[in-house]
Amino acid sequence: MSVLGFFDWLAATPASIALHESRYLYLIVLTVHVMTLCVFVGMAVLLNLRLLGMTLLRVPMSELSERLLPWIVAGFSVMVISGALLFFAAPLDKYANLFFRAKMGLLVFAGVNVWVLHATVYRRVGEWDLDPVPPGGARFAGGVSLMLWATIITAGRMIPYQAYWFD
Amino acid sequence: MSLLEFFHWLEYLPLLVEMRSSAWLFPVIATFHLFGLSVIGGVVLVVDLRLMGFGLTRQPAAQLVRDTEPLLFGSLLIMLATGIFLFMCFATKYYYLTAFWVKLAALFLVLVLTFSIRRRVLMKDGAGRTSGTDRMAALVSLSLWTSVALGGRLIGFP
Repeated sequence: MSVLGFFDWLAATPASIALHESRYLYLIVLTVHVMTLCVFVGMAVLLNLRLLGMTLLRVPMSELSERLLPWIVAGFSVMVISGALLFFAAPLDKYANLFFRAKMGLLVFAGVNVWVLHATVYRRVGEWDLDPVPPGGARFAGGVSLMLWATIITAGRMIPYQAYWFD
Repeated sequence: MSLLEFFHWLEYLPLLVEMRSSAWLFPVIATFHLFGLSVIGGVVLVVDLRLMGFGLTRQPAAQLVRDTEPLLFGSLLIMLATGIFLFMCFATKYYYLTAFWVKLAALFLVLVLTFSIRRRVLMKDGAGRTSGTDRMAALVSLSLWTSVALGGRLIGFP
């Protein structure tokens, strides 16, 4: 079965139709998705700015990352679940949406960025935990991450506008 | 001039009518409003969670409050600037929405509360546990900020 065929099947499931046609549930899921920005992206922004050496320099990098991690993981989980539900409500619309595709691609880059950071300069975080200027690799990862999340938020916000601008 | 007439006047200012005719300006400004939401949300959460005994508990609360100040003020400025523009675009629609007035009231209350908590926390500089008053204030602050954000989401629905 092709990807499109699978989404076609998904869109025809009673649950997908119910969510799509619901009066309130879809809007509630959307609201949860947007509000979780504060928990997930908000805390990730603090970590990234810290990687750049721009905030909370008196908190050791490893401590900040360790103490915020549970909240970031929880926020990310809510983001993924609510996002998956939003997709599930209209799989074919999302499949055809350029902003949605861009967002998914950018999310992969954001994941790779975190992985590279942790596989390289973050391994030696003990050596630069309180440096006023974190190493170049850390600053690079922080900057890239900030730009990626700004673009991901933008792409997400633009998803409903494809119909107005391009169709 | 009544309040409704004033809102109408704002909404139909020539410059604003011009700006509203752009297909992309409103969504772009709304996106910047979301950037602001993310940053202010992160800063408020980290400080309020600390006051409630979660997150960065190994750091003195006063230090956290002081070090995140530029981010709080910066994001608040972005929120207000973009928010006022978004409001002006549909001022007369919001006039009739309860959620809009609830949002404004919650925003006013939480700003007053935020600045009084900050003063309080900055005057003491102890590490470790915070007082019951601080914990309660942080909880109220988070609830009020949530109302502000929820109100904002609700007024955007058709």
